[in-house]
Amino acid sequence: MFDNLLGSFWPYTIDGLILGAIYGLVALGYTMVYGVLRLINFAHSEVFMIGTMAAAFVVMTMGITQPLTGFALVGGLLLMVLAGGLASAGSAALLERIAYRPLRKRGASRLAALISAIGASLFLQELFALVIIPHVFNRPQQGRNQMGVARIMQKDVLFTIGGAQIRIDQVIIFAASILMMILLDLLVNRTKIGRAIRATSQDPETAVLMGVDIDKVVRATFLIGGLMAGVAGALFVLQFEVTKFSIGFLLGIKAFTAAVLGGIGNIRGALVGGMFLGLIENYGAGIFGSGWKDVIAFTVLVLVLMFRPTGILGESLQQARA
Amino acid sequence: MSETTSMIKGRNPLRAATSGVRDRWAAAPGWQRWIVYAVLFVLALLLPSDSLAPIMSPYSDWASVLFFPIGTFVVLAIGLNVVVGQAGLLDLGYVAFFAIGGYSMALLGTKLGLNFWEILIAGVILSAVSGVVLGAPTLRLRGDYLAIVTLGFGEIVRQTAENTDAIGGPRGIAGIPHPPSIDGVEIFGVQIFHYGVLDPRPYYYLLVVVATAIIILVKRWEKSRVGRAWAAIREDEDAAEVMGVPTFKFKLLAFAIGASIGGAMGVVWAGKTISINPNDFLFMLSATILAAVVLGGSGNIPGVILGAFLVAWLPERFRGLSDYRILAFGAALVVLMIFRPEGILPSRRRKAELEEGTGGMGSMGAEVPGTEAQPVSEGASK
Repeated sequence: MFDNLLGSFWPYTIDGLILGAIYGLVALGYTMVYGVLRLINFAHSEVFMIGTMAAAFVVMTMGITQPLTGFALVGGLLLMVLAGGLASAGSAALLERIAYRPLRKRGASRLAALISAIGASLFLQELFALVIIPHVFNRPQQGRNQMGVARIMQKDVLFTIGGAQIRIDQVIIFAASILMMILLDLLVNRTKIGRAIRATSQDPETAVLMGVDIDKVVRATFLIGGLMAGVAGALFVLQFEVTKFSIGFLLGIKAFTAAVLGGIGNIRGALVGGMFLGLIENYGAGIFGSGWKDVIAFTVLVLVLMFRPTGILGESLQQARA
Repeated sequence: MSETTSMIKGRNPLRAATSGVRDRWAAAPGWQRWIVYAVLFVLALLLPSDSLAPIMSPYSDWASVLFFPIGTFVVLAIGLNVVVGQAGLLDLGYVAFFAIGGYSMALLGTKLGLNFWEILIAGVILSAVSGVVLGAPTLRLRGDYLAIVTLGFGEIVRQTAENTDAIGGPRGIAGIPHPPSIDGVEIFGVQIFHYGVLDPRPYYYLLVVVATAIIILVKRWEKSRVGRAWAAIREDEDAAEVMGVPTFKFKLLAFAIGASIGGAMGVVWAGKTISINPNDFLFMLSATILAAVVLGGSGNIPGVILGAFLVAWLPERFRGLSDYRILAFGAALVVLMIFRPEGILPSRRRKAELEEGTGGMGSMGAEVPGTEAQPVSEGASK
């Protein structure tokens, strides 16, 4: 039973870390919105999906038939990440404006906000399945099926660690996630808007008294969370070369699990939680077979919430140093 | 209570009218209400009539549609309403209990050869136990964590079924027996106790009876000490605890009752469908049932029934537009939450709670009354 895992321990580890990096980026959106609004942004999974779609669209419109090299490749990758990030950030902000703000203004319950989010989530999925993929992307066959995306780069093996081949795209994904995380950490801890976000998550009433514009803070939170999910979407397309209208559902729940694992509201925790979940999931798949991957992830979620609901690093968008 | 009522009346003539009907209903003596209940029960039995069929369901067999999705959704919504509407606990994995009921029927019926009625009891017990097993460790969590844990549980149940070859894996289980028939009882040309393959009406009658029993039970609970404890927990858990309500115990009870209703419906449903597989129990079903509860008016049984009916019936009725129905459904949920978060037919009490702000779930953060140009909520000024 364990032979399989021990025999290819390093490949499982590498795959787990790469997947974990993507979980971590998506988890940021959950964690930040939860920190500020105390709301599970259920439609964040669709924000991620839109990021993958935008990146896929870039690859399609570039008409790539064989992998790019040199500057064309760098440009293509940047374009993918940019398109994914912008599309997701925009849709997250729009989502906040349409589905959450009217409820927030009326002081509606979190249950109402969650239902609204489920509604928005269904709407966005169907919008892609029925309209955007068949008509805008011109792939009428693939509205509800997996959509392949052309390979943009030659995935050469850079080096090997204990039998695991590390490819260049994996290095890019890992580095990009860490970079995004560092940038976000700087943004939240060093800039004015970052301070406003922290202030709002600590105590919204006092923040207002101190002249913080709550609407602006909330919009910024959604924009940043969306941006991260969009980058994650682009990296996902780079790694797996597929997307689907419902790609966000499971990944979204797992990213939320990662956010809880790291301590919800804790920005650094999101990455740690993501990596942790990615590793557990892959090791679990190595032991029990890949069909059990999702079951393992959810069991971890339930166990963590039972025994350490504040997560590995504790909950602390609020407690982050001022 | 009366203060709230007068406030509602003063605002809107339509609301004042429905409020008048409600006042009269509330004041009616018991025997008058029982007559109304009896008439409603008979009307429910008459629903699968051939004269209604072309209007209600031009695309598929009306009696079948009445059993699934309409009747099934109604019972599931009543069960979920106990958890969400009455105790104020958000459950996003309710389909798991429906699945446990369905698989109980399938496994005990095909492997052990038990009959439907025995399995109905076993299924109710099994799903209640699974509700307690899930609830005991998780009900101490905050509301929205509970939502995610239940969502995770729903997926665990489905995927475990999919990965376990002993219970059919992704292909599921076929050849599930029907309930035992009693032949020869014929009313208006329908063999009402003949559970065969062709006529869906006996199953529908069975469902109406089960649903009626469940409604009576739930209604009794609602009016009892248990129901008052749930309302107290929903409105303010800490206050309830301080006042001596054993909140954990009552939350667990709500969870177990909700689960057993889902399980009972699973057994009844599997008794008709012959074969089930894990894809019958997707998250989408949990979301739909939750939407039905909230759409109708969570906490109010007539509202919940209406909500479930609409959610189940509208997509069947407008099958011509079938492609766009989930799209429209999603948009409708958002619009509804913006303009009428209390649902179509809310209970008075629940409505008053929502007008005070949180409806028992706690409100979002970053919501500061008085900072906006427009009034924040009516409740804030009270």
